[in-house]
Amino acid sequence: MFPYIIRRVMLMIFMLFVLSVVTFLLFNAVPTDPAMLTCGKTCTPQIVEANRIRLGLDQPLPFQYFEWIKGIFVGRTYGSGTQTFDCSAPCLGYSFKNGEEVTIMIKQALPVTMWLALGAFILWMSFGIGSGIYAANRKGKWQDRTIMAITLIGYSLPVFLIGLMMLIFVIVRAHLLPYPDYVSPFENPLQFLQTMILPWISLAILYAAYYTRLTRSQMLETMSEDFIRTARAKGLPEKRVIRKHAFRAGLTPIVTSAGMDLAGLLGGAVITEYVFSLPGLGRLAIDAVKDYDLPTITATTLVAATFIIIANIVVDVLYAAIDPRVRLS
Amino acid sequence: MSAPILRVKDLQKHFPVTSGNLFKKQVGEVRAVDGLTFDVYPGETLGLVGESGCGKSTAGRSMLRLLEPTGGSVEFDGQDLLAMGKRQLVSMRREMQMIFQDPYSSLNPRHTIGSIIGAPFDVQGVKPEGGTMKAVQSLMERVGLNPEHYNRYPNEFSGGQRQRIGIARAIALKPKLIVCDEPVSALDVSIQAQVLNLLDDIQKEFGIAYIFVAHDLSVVRHISDRVAVMYLGKIMELTTRDQLYSAPLHPYTHALLSAVPIADPDRERARERIILNGDLPSPSNPPSGCVFSTRCWKATDRCSSEIPVLREISAGHQIACHFPEDRSSATASSTVSGTDFTAN
Amino acid sequence: MSDVILSVKNLSVEFATEDGVVHAVDNVSYEVKRGQTLAIVGESGSGKSVSSLAVMGLVRSNNATVTGEVHFGGQELVGLDPEEVRKLRGLKMAMIFQDPLSALHPFYTIGEQLIEAVQVHEKVSDGDARARVKTMLDRVGIASAEQRMDEYPHQLSGGMRQRVMIAMALINSPELLIADEPTTALDVTVQAQILELLRDLQKEFGTAIVLITHDLGVVADMADDVMVMYGGQAVEQAPVRELFYQPQMPYTWGLLASIPQMHTSSLKLDPIPGTPPSLINLPVGCVFAPRCTHKDLVAGGLCLTTRPDLGAVSDTHASRCHLNEAQRIEIRRSRNIGKVD
Repeated sequence: MFPYIIRRVMLMIFMLFVLSVVTFLLFNAVPTDPAMLTCGKTCTPQIVEANRIRLGLDQPLPFQYFEWIKGIFVGRTYGSGTQTFDCSAPCLGYSFKNGEEVTIMIKQALPVTMWLALGAFILWMSFGIGSGIYAANRKGKWQDRTIMAITLIGYSLPVFLIGLMMLIFVIVRAHLLPYPDYVSPFENPLQFLQTMILPWISLAILYAAYYTRLTRSQMLETMSEDFIRTARAKGLPEKRVIRKHAFRAGLTPIVTSAGMDLAGLLGGAVITEYVFSLPGLGRLAIDAVKDYDLPTITATTLVAATFIIIANIVVDVLYAAIDPRVRLS
Repeated sequence: MSAPILRVKDLQKHFPVTSGNLFKKQVGEVRAVDGLTFDVYPGETLGLVGESGCGKSTAGRSMLRLLEPTGGSVEFDGQDLLAMGKRQLVSMRREMQMIFQDPYSSLNPRHTIGSIIGAPFDVQGVKPEGGTMKAVQSLMERVGLNPEHYNRYPNEFSGGQRQRIGIARAIALKPKLIVCDEPVSALDVSIQAQVLNLLDDIQKEFGIAYIFVAHDLSVVRHISDRVAVMYLGKIMELTTRDQLYSAPLHPYTHALLSAVPIADPDRERARERIILNGDLPSPSNPPSGCVFSTRCWKATDRCSSEIPVLREISAGHQIACHFPEDRSSATASSTVSGTDFTAN
Repeated sequence: MSDVILSVKNLSVEFATEDGVVHAVDNVSYEVKRGQTLAIVGESGSGKSVSSLAVMGLVRSNNATVTGEVHFGGQELVGLDPEEVRKLRGLKMAMIFQDPLSALHPFYTIGEQLIEAVQVHEKVSDGDARARVKTMLDRVGIASAEQRMDEYPHQLSGGMRQRVMIAMALINSPELLIADEPTTALDVTVQAQILELLRDLQKEFGTAIVLITHDLGVVADMADDVMVMYGGQAVEQAPVRELFYQPQMPYTWGLLASIPQMHTSSLKLDPIPGTPPSLINLPVGCVFAPRCTHKDLVAGGLCLTTRPDLGAVSDTHASRCHLNEAQRIEIRRSRNIGKVD
């Protein structure tokens, strides 16, 4: 088990390195002058050049990369002489568009996205797995068919449609909830819940539909395995056969999907954040793209991709925990 | 006796065992086939028999270079197979074919059986007299398939019929040698008998030599002229069928044969039984000396230190054992003693 | 206490599918005595496995219908509350399967799986259950059982896995063991070990065994009685020696003539022509008639129009065939099948 994890972690570090290089090159491959973008409305070539030197954009690429990485781990200082400012670790750059360190912007946006993703995750996993198992056990009967029909609808409804509909009917028409206005749950739990409940539901509907179908097909597959027949031949009650034997065997693909989906959302649930005006990572990233805010684009990309890579290793470790054949080979 | 069609000398196929975190390094090897030497003569059937993990299938594939051998030499019709380039090998394949265990996975489901059976003609650029279709249909008739089914797909056929398709494809170019890898073990007994008879008839008609790889000892007895018994990548005993089955000299052969139930209650319940203890050792870490020594009731210190070479003990009877069974006494069971087995 | 532990009468199993009704098992009746072995022989699709799964109450898909009677130890199982049948499974009747690797759960240790088999039927502490499991594993010949209990199925050899399956099946000392092709996936020397073990355990525990197999050698080795199945029907039933030496049914003849013999170098096999019937469109007459080479001997094409009953040849021997006794003896003599006096 242990060598397996070490192997995975080493792979992860390697992937993070590759990721950072690619992200950095992306930043430099944009067909505009980054220094130009740091300049406000009253722009002169002098300011551009000064900013270029201040931000170290006049240095060769490998040096710039090194400075960027150094910034993330130990922080960095922009400029020289009197016109310097410090950007402490983890320094992801400075956004001229917002006049703020990118790290600070991400630190503000990340919790919003995290709460959104986690809440929706818990919702869809419990609904998806529950109804998937239920449908599998009643395969072909009316309960199964109903659930499958509902999931098909849920699966084909885009988030912006569900979100907007709920926004209009629940908030605008029926006034059941106040207009969404994000606060931290530690500041005002009630307002937090009132804001988050609709985004959670609209996000969860789509995923729950997918997980219902996934769980159902997994369960149907494992229920036809020989070891399930053995479990029944032992005289185990059906509930135990399903929970202990079938579900555990069908769990691995569900864990994989769940890990990757959660990680994907942690990088920003763009549409949901937009519909419900949540100041999360997805919004930050899209706004940055609209504004050509290069340091922010790079940073959000890096953060989102890091989540995916970390999720990958978490999934791998869970895999090994579930399946001894992975762990002991 | 005519010259052998196939001469295999010290054939080896080793698979690397790797380990390591980021960078794999080889930490060992599985000697799946570890020094096989035998000849196959035109028109004869050599049975290659053994239990799972003995390397018989790997051997069959390595001989035809479907797997690249690690060492040794294979001479087909006087030509060195291992020295051949790709193109030369392809044209050589016309003379040596293979039939597989699972007739379904070896047939492309998207091709009609007409094109499957006719494929060797295209690959080798052979234009049969009267056209490919006519040749294929006469092949189909020969193996007992309805020629009108020329345009059907493999999934429309039963297991036995698919094996007939495989046979038709293999004999299309009238090869001199066919390696049959467990060709009947996936079939029900009544169908198995049909296919065995077909293989028999075809051999007589075209004079093809077979290497018949199988685990079923009664099937091997039925079809083979000579039989090689393999254990952990090595040949333990090689002789004519009748000698092997009536008077096996290697303890492993003896135990193996005694383990097969006879479909005759009186004989079955009266037969001698040697129950081997334990399991097959790991092929990646075979015992020193004789590979069978860990399960052999006759083994001595010599057996675990000195590798017995395959030697000719009497005309046409080769055996790799320091202490062959004594066939001068009335029954082998009288020599049996110790705790490693039971005999009744 | 009756001598007969399992009595099956007119058991039928049907599956409704899109293509039509599959008659997997059709009116099968048999008895198994305590401590004895009944072998059910047949090729794939003959219904031999399904009939046994039906006995265990393990035919459970929505489209299946099981009819007939299954008397087991004085209880009628068909129509019984499934919960009651469940309580019998693993306790009074147990089952082992062809492929022990896929029959064991890959994610649980050997110990966990066996302890579960004990605790589902009896309130036993973990420690006591573990001790019982260890004893049983020792009994089936697993070396260093204590250590093996903490290992997973994939870490064991094929033979050891089947021993584990046997230990799991017999741990509650059931009265009936159904063994579905228990050695088909194993090498021949391992098969010999496992058959030996089953025989010993049968003597020790007095278990009745229903042995499902296609291997006539295994039948000759293990069986007291034999039932030959074809196309979902029992076509011949007899004590083992009678079946091999006085077989009465052309399908049985075909099977015996199809197998290469271990004790002689036979020149030519005498196979059954054709392929088994579809279980959806069974022939109107005898299920074997389309492949039978002797059907012309019966007047009026009776074999193709009328299904023969399972007629008694003697008190213990029955077969489904329209041929008369003289014809059968003549055919067996000419084909050299069995022993003809």
